[in-house]
Amino acid sequence: MMRLSAFTATVIAWISLLALPAQAEIKINEVTSPGGISAWLVEDHSIPFTALELRFRGGTSLDAPGKRGATYLMAGLLEEGSGEMQAQDYARAVENLAASFGYDTDRDSLSISARFLSENRDEAVALLRQTLHEPRFDQDALDRVRAQVLAGLRSDLKDPNKIASQAFAAMAYGDHPYGSSGKGTIDSVSELSRQDIFAAHEAILARDRLYVSAVGDITPAELGALLDDLLGDLAATGAPLPGPADVAIPGGVSIVDYDTPQSVALFGHAGITRDDDRFFAAYIMNQILGGGSFDSRLMTEVREKRGLTYGVYSYLVPQDLAAVYMGQLGSANSKMAEAVSVIQGEWQRLATEGVTEKELMDAKTYLTGAYPLRFDGNGRIASILVGMQMDDLPIDYVQTRNDKVNAVTLEEINRVASEILLPEKLHFTVVGRPEGLIANQ
Amino acid sequence: MFARIALAATMLSLSLSGAVAKSQDGASGSDDLVTSFSLENGMEVVVVEDHRVPVVQHMVWYRAGSADEPVGQSGVAHFLEHLLFKGTDTLAPGELSATVAANGGRDNAFTSYDYTAYYQRVASDRLELMMRMESDRMVNLRLSEGDILTEREVILEERNQRTDNNPRALFGEQLNAAQYLNHRYGQPVIGWRHEMEELDMADALSFYSTYYAPNNAILVVSGDVNPEEVKALAERYYGVIPANPDLPTERARSKEPPQNAERRLIFRDPRVAQPYVQRSYLATERNTGAQEEAAALYLLSELLGGGSTSYLSNALQFDQQVAVYTGAFYSGVSLDKTSFDFLIVPAQGVTLEEAEAALDATLVAFLEAGVDPEQLDRIKLQLRASEVYARDNVDGIANRYGRALTSGLTVQDVQDWPQILQSVTADEIIAAAQGLLRPEASVTGWMMRQEEGK
Repeated sequence: MMRLSAFTATVIAWISLLALPAQAEIKINEVTSPGGISAWLVEDHSIPFTALELRFRGGTSLDAPGKRGATYLMAGLLEEGSGEMQAQDYARAVENLAASFGYDTDRDSLSISARFLSENRDEAVALLRQTLHEPRFDQDALDRVRAQVLAGLRSDLKDPNKIASQAFAAMAYGDHPYGSSGKGTIDSVSELSRQDIFAAHEAILARDRLYVSAVGDITPAELGALLDDLLGDLAATGAPLPGPADVAIPGGVSIVDYDTPQSVALFGHAGITRDDDRFFAAYIMNQILGGGSFDSRLMTEVREKRGLTYGVYSYLVPQDLAAVYMGQLGSANSKMAEAVSVIQGEWQRLATEGVTEKELMDAKTYLTGAYPLRFDGNGRIASILVGMQMDDLPIDYVQTRNDKVNAVTLEEINRVASEILLPEKLHFTVVGRPEGLIANQ
Repeated sequence: MFARIALAATMLSLSLSGAVAKSQDGASGSDDLVTSFSLENGMEVVVVEDHRVPVVQHMVWYRAGSADEPVGQSGVAHFLEHLLFKGTDTLAPGELSATVAANGGRDNAFTSYDYTAYYQRVASDRLELMMRMESDRMVNLRLSEGDILTEREVILEERNQRTDNNPRALFGEQLNAAQYLNHRYGQPVIGWRHEMEELDMADALSFYSTYYAPNNAILVVSGDVNPEEVKALAERYYGVIPANPDLPTERARSKEPPQNAERRLIFRDPRVAQPYVQRSYLATERNTGAQEEAAALYLLSELLGGGSTSYLSNALQFDQQVAVYTGAFYSGVSLDKTSFDFLIVPAQGVTLEEAEAALDATLVAFLEAGVDPEQLDRIKLQLRASEVYARDNVDGIANRYGRALTSGLTVQDVQDWPQILQSVTADEIIAAAQGLLRPEASVTGWMMRQEEGK
């Protein structure tokens, strides 16, 4: 039991991008391989292993029409055999190297997170190469992993948090890929064939959408050779990315009836993109409103003063194909109506009255001071570095980021608050049986 | 007492098949990063060094968890944990967290059966400020009735979120309660709702005055610090707090009687999407100077349930295809008897009865077949490698010490553990399995779907 648990998984992966390592001591170098593949590298020879992060833009949004869930299932099948090795032989081979290869997908990317020891790096990379280039996607493995995905989908249908995110996404993004779960539906996943899985593999594992970083016990020359060996034979281009989503979020409350003691709510409206010049002001503003600390306005008003929730958060979500501003909380059915009202009030208060000089100063001190703390381990840094590349940030961003935070003025943050907080457009999707809360959508 | 702990690099040397172990530069374990000592008032201190980044994690662990609670006050250890973020004589309510944030840090706390811990993660030059505040709230807590009423609502919402909204958690709570006939491990850490609703200021302060004292606490500091500096600061802030002479000399807990009856539960909930069977056995924990049986049980859990190459996965997911998921779980860090758990999620069309029978038959087959030596070698190899990877996360190493030292183990036990794991034999694992798999010490639970309206 923790006093405050970390954000739940519904918070999109991009959040880590805001939490970049600030150390001037962290020296990021760009390495370009002889074959022309570039990567960002932090060399650190103190522990004999390397974290390698590969990320392919597009993620589950690259699913072909009618093939929802194909990218997600394909990613799950990458560890189910390659070359001459079927699933368990393959797993034993990874274990024999004491390496680990992790696969993850979200709306915007496929991530491959590898970790391997220096003493058998060549064998580990050779195995990862085979994984990427010669996946088997055997029918028996497909059926086995599909059954696991279907079990997960059936569970999602009874999980109030998942029900809320599905309902909110369907409302906000409609028919766009963002409007449905990347895991697919029971119907769509049941229909996926081996051919669909190979097609999903071909659509995303291409050099035109690839971002790479490495952190740990590896030199630039070694990394250059590794990049060509591992990635040089990938296709030049993959499937085209879908266009931006039309974000349509009407203000108000919608309720999904579900018999459970605590209602859960997702709330939000349209947001701003990562390259918007108001981004830093908005980021600080959100820190003050609901950015995850104990003394945010939402936590103070909803939890500390009234005891209406265990946790309430808000967060900017600047995805590749849509930008929204979201929040979430859980509150007993008897209390949710009051919690919604308090949040609406705080949204309005910040939009019209802005923040105080002291709040701005405290938020800046926190954000700039917390920045170095994010540097906690080779794998974490590798993940941050590919995120920076995907956001098109300069390689010296870590040296300038705190200056950008400190440059935001009170006038600017309050102007931005009045522009991007839209109390009339704030929508609450509530799952549960909230007493006295009236749905108007 | 200020002893730098010697390292066991050669013992942990990472010798891969065919490769020469790089015991000097390539495969030292984490022990060489660790220093431990005690203050005169009995507070223990562990320092884990990592100088790559100027960050420190400061933690205080108390040997007091939910299993130490008085009967009728389940949840008070965790409630008190929340209340420690209210004020002291010198800190206003919320000021500690606000001060940590104003210094660019994060803070939090957590409670389990055997411990409660508080921590901050902050730039390493702020360590002194953290110690000043943490030592203050060790003995100077000041609560108002308003704090009690509001925070009690918060922990009830926490119970809603973690447990009451989640049928798997509700099922686990019932299973655990059935596993322990008399020991307080059978009560949930968060507490039973009806008892949480009655917790008051006197309950919280009684637990506080009994257990929160330097002679019941362990300071664990990890990151960019040197042990001499930590010692000087710890003496200044924690060393001046008198030991509590009335601290219970032993953690007096009601003991388990012999378990003589196989227990079975059926849990039904309309919110269950995926039925499954969970089986738990009462199991030996890691004991100081005697961790061998626990090490064998840990390896048993890996052999049976550690991923797709494990025995259960191979038999039930690959060969017979009666399960979509199988698992075996064992955590030996526990003051008193722990549990060893199995989980089987049946494939579509397979009943819980059939799944349970398949699980039992597979366990019997495993005992007959014995341990696959190659599989055991692979697991041991990965455990050696995990000590290399662990050095990338010294806060994780710090947690390891905090948990161990509040669960009846010593620094030496923690440092002996990797080598003990390496020395376990196949015969010892089978013997441990035979000792473990006693039906009369088990609980079998069926997690079932209940159609709405019934």
